[in-house]
Amino acid sequence: MSLTLTQFHFEIDADGIALLTWDAPGRSMNIFIDETMKDLDHVIDHVVANDMIKGCVITSGKSDSFSGGADIRMLEAMAERARVNEKTLGADEANRIFFEESRSLSLLFRKLETCGKPFAITIHGICLGGATELALACHYRILSDDKKTRIGLPEIKIGIFPGAGGTQRVARLAPTADALLMMMKGEALKPDAAQKLNLIHDSAPQSELIMRAKAWIKQGGSPIAPWDHEKFKLPSGPIYSKAGMMVWPAASAICRKETFDNYPAAKALIQSVYEGLQVPMDVALRIESRYFAHILKSKEAKAMIRSLFVSMQALNKGARRPQTIASKKFKRIGIIGAGFMGAGIATVASLAGIDVVLIDRDEASAQKGKATADKTISSRVAKGRATEAERDAFLARINPTADYTLLADCELVIEAVFEDPHVKDETIREAEAAMGSDVIFASNTSTIPISDLAASFSRRQDFIGIHFFSPVDRMMLVEIIKGKETGPEAIAAAFDFVRAIGKTPILVNDARGFYANRCVLNYLLEGHLMLDEGIPPALIENAARMAGMPVGPLALSDEIALDLIFKIMKATQAALGDAALNPVQARLISTLVEKMERYGRKNGHGFYEYPKEGPKYLWSGLSALTTRNQTPDNFDVQELKDRLLMTQALEAARSMEEGILEDAREADIGAILGFGFAPFTGGPLSMIDGMGVQTFIERCDNLARKHGPRFKPPQNLETMAGSGRTFYAG
Amino acid sequence: MRPGKEEPMADAFIYDHVRTPRGRGKPDGALHEVTALALAAHPLREIRTRQALDPKLVDDVVLGCVDPVGEAGGNIARAAALVAGYGITVPGMQINRFCASGLDAINFAASQIMAGQQNLALAGGIESMSRVGIGASGGAWAADPTIAIPAFFMPQGISADLIATKYGFSRQDVDAYAVESQKRADAAWREGRFKQSVVPVRDINGLIILDHDEHRRPDTTTQTLGALKPSFAQMAEQGGFGAVALQAHPDVEALNHVHHAGNSSGIVDGAAAVLIGSREAGVAAGLKPRAKIRAFANIGSDPALMLTGPVDVTQKLLRQSGFKISDIDLFEVNEAFASVVLRYLQAFDLDPAQVNVNGGAIAMGHPLGATGAILVGTVLDELERSNKTTALITLCIGAGMGTATIIERV
Repeated sequence: MSLTLTQFHFEIDADGIALLTWDAPGRSMNIFIDETMKDLDHVIDHVVANDMIKGCVITSGKSDSFSGGADIRMLEAMAERARVNEKTLGADEANRIFFEESRSLSLLFRKLETCGKPFAITIHGICLGGATELALACHYRILSDDKKTRIGLPEIKIGIFPGAGGTQRVARLAPTADALLMMMKGEALKPDAAQKLNLIHDSAPQSELIMRAKAWIKQGGSPIAPWDHEKFKLPSGPIYSKAGMMVWPAASAICRKETFDNYPAAKALIQSVYEGLQVPMDVALRIESRYFAHILKSKEAKAMIRSLFVSMQALNKGARRPQTIASKKFKRIGIIGAGFMGAGIATVASLAGIDVVLIDRDEASAQKGKATADKTISSRVAKGRATEAERDAFLARINPTADYTLLADCELVIEAVFEDPHVKDETIREAEAAMGSDVIFASNTSTIPISDLAASFSRRQDFIGIHFFSPVDRMMLVEIIKGKETGPEAIAAAFDFVRAIGKTPILVNDARGFYANRCVLNYLLEGHLMLDEGIPPALIENAARMAGMPVGPLALSDEIALDLIFKIMKATQAALGDAALNPVQARLISTLVEKMERYGRKNGHGFYEYPKEGPKYLWSGLSALTTRNQTPDNFDVQELKDRLLMTQALEAARSMEEGILEDAREADIGAILGFGFAPFTGGPLSMIDGMGVQTFIERCDNLARKHGPRFKPPQNLETMAGSGRTFYAG
Repeated sequence: MRPGKEEPMADAFIYDHVRTPRGRGKPDGALHEVTALALAAHPLREIRTRQALDPKLVDDVVLGCVDPVGEAGGNIARAAALVAGYGITVPGMQINRFCASGLDAINFAASQIMAGQQNLALAGGIESMSRVGIGASGGAWAADPTIAIPAFFMPQGISADLIATKYGFSRQDVDAYAVESQKRADAAWREGRFKQSVVPVRDINGLIILDHDEHRRPDTTTQTLGALKPSFAQMAEQGGFGAVALQAHPDVEALNHVHHAGNSSGIVDGAAAVLIGSREAGVAAGLKPRAKIRAFANIGSDPALMLTGPVDVTQKLLRQSGFKISDIDLFEVNEAFASVVLRYLQAFDLDPAQVNVNGGAIAMGHPLGATGAILVGTVLDELERSNKTTALITLCIGAGMGTATIIERV
């Protein structure tokens, strides 16, 4: 029997042990595609049919990774086919086909597990998703003890869950609580953590893996999985037992706590485990498959896969970068302003191996910025995420100084000085005099139009905005702001820099507040207006979190600082006139800031009180700020949630209409990464698509009637609804 | 009954009530040595003997039991009826509506009598919490995510704390209520107000095993209670249930954990039975009616608050029976947790002197399946003692339900 494979190499040694090397052609990392499944199916048949073969070791042909798992596009295409089939074949037949297709990987792994010959697997480097599920179906799993090696099931992060036996095998190996936590978090495990959870048998130096795996087969390793033995006992005992009752009620509660019941995949995950642990493996896998098919077709999975996987990957690869311009690598950059933002930018640059000239008005101030950077890296060292040597090199790359002439050999200059037009003007002029004549200048302003600042720079085409979010080392979004005269070279350079530091860029046309902050300001406004309406503050904050926001609008106001919000409002008023302000919000914020000196977290008093000990709590004086206090039961929580999300979605749609953004992917990713917009929606525009543009408009019209014209949908939505278009095709 | 002839609706009368003393629901409790079957049979036998009842007149024995597993499993009512000497013709059934089972058993039996399909029945309940264990029967509600997540499942104590937080009852409020329950129970025992109904449990030699409610702590004060730590804070934090509470009631910023063992119902062993029958059956058996069962109702309520069912079911019962709240002389509202009763008082603006006048489950304990029947007997004794007419008995129920019954002396 011959074996023709496209994704694997197959050989048999003198002991009759097969070595199956996964080496997907033309890819840097192995992934499961249709051909992989076909190959693997043939291999199993071949191993079973050939009496000379005692067993098989699976390994990777890639030098530094095992596999990234299943091709997400394969899953997307499957769900898409189901939608088409539903129209042509009817729902029942479409569902049947989809169920069979979506469980093909699960059945294949079960076939391997029960084929009667032992399969061992060796893993070095990253091993994720479907590849981890393959490993779990093998009878022996050994990992390299390399620091790059990780094994994990991250499916939950894109709105699905391990559907190829992962939920069943993990929960039959690890104690239930640990198993659920591991899959709910989706974090990849180091070998020692995986071994602690009983997910792997052993770890060894990379060079010994295959030898060890073969030795296991030679010594008579069993081809029967533990759960296929009649006397198998679950690691945490039966669900309906004292021990089970310690786990399961809390599992549901923690699922709700973490997801606010917004993520069907999380619920399906624990449901699969709950039901699966009560039945034999084949039945359990069928149950898992039923939930998996159901989730794969959900609108949350569709939105999350598209935004958090496909769009994110595209933007990270520079989908919006001018393609004709050669890419640039940066060895040294200049940063002016060593405050919190400047130091943060210096930190991420140095972490990426880029030398930084960190300038402030005197050397002591610049040193302070370096000390801020030191704190970040030192905390990583303390947590074991960086070595002492890495810290030394990191610090050596940052050169704090007051000397502008050091900008001469910098390949990019970014200013992050105080948000004052005069200070900015002086800084830009001084920098231009010192820096190279073909070097791009970027401003990290968050409030001043880039085109205004560009007036201080003679080469307008080389002037651009690179807007970071705070804290820089943790926030993954960067807005690249294109001024009126910004040229493609500057845009390309900004993209190259953002890519170098491993963040996600979106391209934004110059406008007040750019993109993310405009949405955030609307979110805050809605919270402030709710407070004035007499809605209990706890209800506002809880409704926001239940809607999927990471922080309620009142807490976020305090984090940003109420006096800063007040300043932004005054600046807006100065630039655009009184009509640009909401009078109710203006009165509320000015009362808090000017009359009561409540500035937010920074002075310990804002919407919340911040005691020295213990957690913050809502200030009891809030109810006195309005005369309209009402009882909680008068409010429809769903409407509050709608208002808080839809006000942001409307701003995203307006940003598209006004041309501030040109690409729906950027609106969605910008919102999720920039201010944590409810990820299960896939972002504000995905939310509109998912709801249906016409339905969104109707709900906006309802809100506009009750709460005012700020909910009036922009023209582009009306046009889209009229012509049946959506932001995304399909 | 003659075939084809329509009979007018019969009345259901209460003829007698007996309960066991309540034993501490732990291995050191006096009734721990008594089997669930023996405990269930005790009040049934007592009613049979003291009323010199002819078992042939009895149509059914209905017993509530919340954890009907192990020795309390199967159908304990049939076994108890046989052990209590009712002979082979008296059937039995066990029902479960959690904490209201004992009251629902009475309502169920009364329904059969009112419908004219039975004439005389015993209804009551049994719970041997020390021997079977609370929660021993399991159930999907807490464990299966299909229901636990949408129903906002949380342990009852956390729901009780949520009620206290949402409706503004402080630690002082709930502790003061608990002290009052102890005082009232103590006064009732000292004055012998339970002597008509509580029959000591004896061994086979006639020696007394228990003749009083041993959970009581009459010397309880707000100071002694003040020293107790809240019982449910840690569970709310580590089990994620606190977050569940806030998602169910997002107007609450943070839970105020006020409940502890001293202001929650006691875990005890106990059983009770009530003899119910039509007027004709009473005459035939030579019984004297003590009260009429006027109306009853069941309802589902917010499962997150879980224990506010008494308010909802009382509103429903008043609506459908035509009674006004002012028509009710005495109330028995099961003291599952102090906040349950405080919320009830608040919702109907009641005078505390009308409610649980002889103390309740905080002082004397809550033998889950039996309590509903105990409350009916307790308030009936009190109606007679104080020469009042009408009483309403209600219990909160796990999973968010309520049962209520109105009785009237005859």
